[in-house]
Amino acid sequence: MNNPYFDLLMWARGPGFDIALTIMVGGILLRLVEIFVLGRKKDLAAPKGNGVLQGLRTVFTRSVPRKGAMKEAPVTYIAGYLFHIGFFVAFLFLGAHIALIGDLIGIQWPAANKALIEIATAIAVVALIALLWTRFKDPVRRALSTFDDYLVWVLSILPLVTGYAAVNTMFGDSTLMMAIHMLSAEALMIAFPFTKLMHAVTFAVSRYYNGSIQGRKGAES
Amino acid sequence: MADKPLLPELMKAHGISRRGFLKYCATLTSMMALPPILAPKVAMALEGASRPSVIWLSFQECTGCTEAITRSYAPTIEDLIFNAISLDYHHTLQAASGEAAEAAREAAMEENWGNYLVIVDGSIPLANPGFSTIAGISNLEMLKQTAEGAAAIVAVGSCAAFGGIPHADPNPTGAVSVADIITDKPIINVPGCPPIPVVMTSVLAQFLAFGLDSIEVDDLGRPKAFYSETIHDRCYRRPFYDKGLFAESFDDEGAREGWCLYKLGCKGPTTKSVCATVKWNDGTSFPIQAGHPCLGCTEPDFWDNGGFYKPLSVPAGDYRKLGLAAVAGGAVLGVAGGAIARSVKSSAAAKHEPVTPDDLEKKS
Repeated sequence: MNNPYFDLLMWARGPGFDIALTIMVGGILLRLVEIFVLGRKKDLAAPKGNGVLQGLRTVFTRSVPRKGAMKEAPVTYIAGYLFHIGFFVAFLFLGAHIALIGDLIGIQWPAANKALIEIATAIAVVALIALLWTRFKDPVRRALSTFDDYLVWVLSILPLVTGYAAVNTMFGDSTLMMAIHMLSAEALMIAFPFTKLMHAVTFAVSRYYNGSIQGRKGAES
Repeated sequence: MADKPLLPELMKAHGISRRGFLKYCATLTSMMALPPILAPKVAMALEGASRPSVIWLSFQECTGCTEAITRSYAPTIEDLIFNAISLDYHHTLQAASGEAAEAAREAAMEENWGNYLVIVDGSIPLANPGFSTIAGISNLEMLKQTAEGAAAIVAVGSCAAFGGIPHADPNPTGAVSVADIITDKPIINVPGCPPIPVVMTSVLAQFLAFGLDSIEVDDLGRPKAFYSETIHDRCYRRPFYDKGLFAESFDDEGAREGWCLYKLGCKGPTTKSVCATVKWNDGTSFPIQAGHPCLGCTEPDFWDNGGFYKPLSVPAGDYRKLGLAAVAGGAVLGVAGGAIARSVKSSAAAKHEPVTPDDLEKKS
């Protein structure tokens, strides 16, 4: 006799994770190597400033909203920050996730209180809903939205909701919910290299690129 | 069965007072997760119960379940249950052996055809009937024979309920559970390795007191009264889980402080049982309290569920090798993709024909 929920969990922990990790790691490397191999044309002009320093600086300065942006699109900025902070707090400080990361790369750190994780999760979910709402409400943004945007939204909210449900034994069997949570995270991992989720890696590359061009020209960015 | 002694007489014979009996019924009622108002009903039902015949079959097992049930706690409360039934056949406990033992089983079956209760511990090998035999009869044959006239079957322990350890990969004997063979009789699964003694006896008591229909079971045939909540949800170490405090090894500060054992592989979050509340040995302790993570023994295939000491969130597959392959494969594909993009770019540049304003004017 089998427990189908347990079988699903074991698939999610076994072959499911193997497949997802292989596609994610292979996909990220494929995309990054492709970008770097493509290279840049050599700039023969004499540099007027330090491109490297300005490039590195830009990687961080672009995390701060530019002047006036907060007034123009407050929901995008505030919810954008809250989502990212909430998502990473929940991802990086839950004991079970730390155990997973520890097994993968051998580094561990102290886990946070469950209440903090749950508040972070709730904030991230509410922020995602607010972001979807602005996307729908604004005709320009709605027109600019593609399938990729909606897919990534669904893939981002699912691990948060299912993780919350699994920890709190909501929506039925906790084993089943844990399996669904892992599968949702694996869907996110698989989509990662081939959607705009890739920005989590390429943001540094593109910011450095833009920053260093300006820096070389002696301009601020 | 009318000529068999009723429970009150047996109680007297065992020196149990009426007060003691009623207290026992109240405990039992709460154990079965029934409302307290039903305690007198339990007493009445048990008082009126004659001793149904019980045939206990032991197949591919380690006798752990029998060892457990004989250690159910004092003062012989479970002994009462034992004496409230007529245990007509049980390898370990019966005095008779050889042909006399088998004759006792056959006589009990004949006498109580259609009414006796069969308890099974151990799995049944299908790969070769000779792997496990009793008096020359294969387990499969004996189970089929005995089950035919049974009122119901209780599969005690994870081996009988789900195949258990004999069923673990690579399952050399082709071991299966009772439910894999018998499909036309009601089967109650009481898994555990071994199950909590009081749980085993409570299920039997509920069967005696209220009949089979009163025992509500889940999808895996387990009585909901004992298998509906996870150990994690009732664990006394749960506050440490909630605070994010985990023992990282068996002898670190966290282990000494009694922190959560999740990172040491505890299967409490996915294991349904009353271990954390009912506990063992007269409510003394249970594995997690003794400092060891739950193995998840009340769940099917617990032996093969990714390793006892691997946290539930940690992948159980072959990801390290695949990860390295992905790094190499991704890099190679990336170089190839980049090279293609470069050649497309340079060929586009080579094919590019400069257009002068004159050319444009000509075309228009």
